[in-house]
Amino acid sequence: MTTTFLALLHRDLRVARRELPFFLLRVGLQPLLFTFIFGFVMPRLGIIPRGYTNMFLPGILGLSMTLSSMQAVALPLVIDLGWTKEIEDRLLAPITISGVAIEKMVVGILQAIVAGIVVLPLAWLLMRVHLSLRIDDVIQLLLVAFLSSWLFAAFGLVLGTIVETQQIGLVFNILLAPMIFFGCAYYPWATLHAIRWFQIAVLINPLVYASEGFRLSLTPQMPHMPPWSVYGGLSGFSLLFSWIGLRNFERRALD
Amino acid sequence: MQAAIAVEKLRKIYQPKARKGVEVKALDCISFEVPRGEFFGLLGPNGAGKTTTIGILTTRVRPTDGFATIAGIDVARNAVAVKRHIGVVPQMNNLDRSLTAREILVFHAEYFGVPRHEREAKAQELLQRFELTDRANEKVTGYSGGMVQRLKIARALMHDPAILFLDEPTTGLDPQARRAMWDLLSELNAKGQTIFLTTHYMEEADQLCRQIAIIDHGTLLALDSPAALKRSVPGGYLIELQVRDGDARSFTSALPNLPGVVEVKSDHERVRIYADRVEGLLANAMRLASEHDVMVSDAHVAEPSLENLFLHLTGRSLRN
Repeated sequence: MTTTFLALLHRDLRVARRELPFFLLRVGLQPLLFTFIFGFVMPRLGIIPRGYTNMFLPGILGLSMTLSSMQAVALPLVIDLGWTKEIEDRLLAPITISGVAIEKMVVGILQAIVAGIVVLPLAWLLMRVHLSLRIDDVIQLLLVAFLSSWLFAAFGLVLGTIVETQQIGLVFNILLAPMIFFGCAYYPWATLHAIRWFQIAVLINPLVYASEGFRLSLTPQMPHMPPWSVYGGLSGFSLLFSWIGLRNFERRALD
Repeated sequence: MQAAIAVEKLRKIYQPKARKGVEVKALDCISFEVPRGEFFGLLGPNGAGKTTTIGILTTRVRPTDGFATIAGIDVARNAVAVKRHIGVVPQMNNLDRSLTAREILVFHAEYFGVPRHEREAKAQELLQRFELTDRANEKVTGYSGGMVQRLKIARALMHDPAILFLDEPTTGLDPQARRAMWDLLSELNAKGQTIFLTTHYMEEADQLCRQIAIIDHGTLLALDSPAALKRSVPGGYLIELQVRDGDARSFTSALPNLPGVVEVKSDHERVRIYADRVEGLLANAMRLASEHDVMVSDAHVAEPSLENLFLHLTGRSLRN
């Protein structure tokens, strides 16, 4: 069972390694442009204050990691389950059906971690002059990074098992835009108390907990959500989506 | 000796996917056994329940009722253990398009825990045997139908399965590739490989299989060797007539009196005469037709065949 799990992982990492240049371009481009405009151009023009980038770094890191994780799981699954049926090969490997799904989530988490390793120094390099980062608690950062990646890998599993191939573009557009804009990636959740109903409404957005988690561990001096709600939200949504995703996957894999 | 495959009172009903959909009864209480080393064919038209049967036996479809075992292991209860014993060649091309042909084979063996040097050697051996070495390091998107089919079989053999399942392995292949596929499968079986194959081509089942189960609408109609099945058609020979005008009813009721006729079945303008010999029978039938003012617009004489048997059992042709 473990041997098969590792073999499946080996296959996915081989394919991911082959696509590494595209992967780097995809995860690198957004933070690169963002930090250039908000961290360099706009402070120079005096449109935003210099310290403002502190607010962005956690959000950008969170976005890159969560989106990588989600895409790594959801996109291949939608195509595999709905169209090419390539995954049948792995469903016939001597491993349980949920074993195959869990392996997919692990791949998502690993890709998110690679995205984080690329984006964090990239963003930091660009914004270094203006940043006053205090990484008090590396363990806290790793924990938030792991939980956020897991949450979005599980969310990717849910999407990958319910979305039909023809709708994938539509679903991604309709879902991603509000999730990103209402996900507290570009503004701290704590400051939303001025618009109380909005502050409460965004709590159904799992991205909020990821953004706030990174804010908590990277820029604790900025206003942020209390740690217990960050960890509660991240683990609660992770468990919920994993449960739904695994159940759906089994339903799609077996007739 | 324990059977390679045992199926007992297997039923499968697909629940409707949409709210207003209807239940589909795919399998209705079928039972059979396949001994080790057998070349077993499941023959039936499209929609007969062949793919569902193979799906259940290969753990991909959950039976509604009854049970099936592979090498004595219950497929529904212990799917993981069953998967170790089987190699599956599905109907559609599900080859991993992100990998090269060689990688497909090597990774497949890795999923089954075959040690590295062994899986590389085995991949090389199968690539050579199936004449795929030239393009082994290419991705499979440009492969021809025959190459895809050969690679799918090679993949299924990478972990030395006790039973090889093939779902319609020659559908979509040109005659030459089909012939090559037949040779390949016969050769595998001659070396002791147990093979379970589904097909809707009678000549394929006839040529390859030692045991054939004929299935239609989810029920098993007959199960025997090809020779015994053909013998079971009344008389063996079949004369089919397309008739018009005249007194067709009295014509068909007079037909059984002709020498050699075993059974007569008629259906609108089509009359089927089963006979144990055909010498002179067609001429006699034509004469009888003109006596009854019946016009025969088409006549066809067929040797004993599985097609005749299927027609006899279901009243329908397997080809349609």
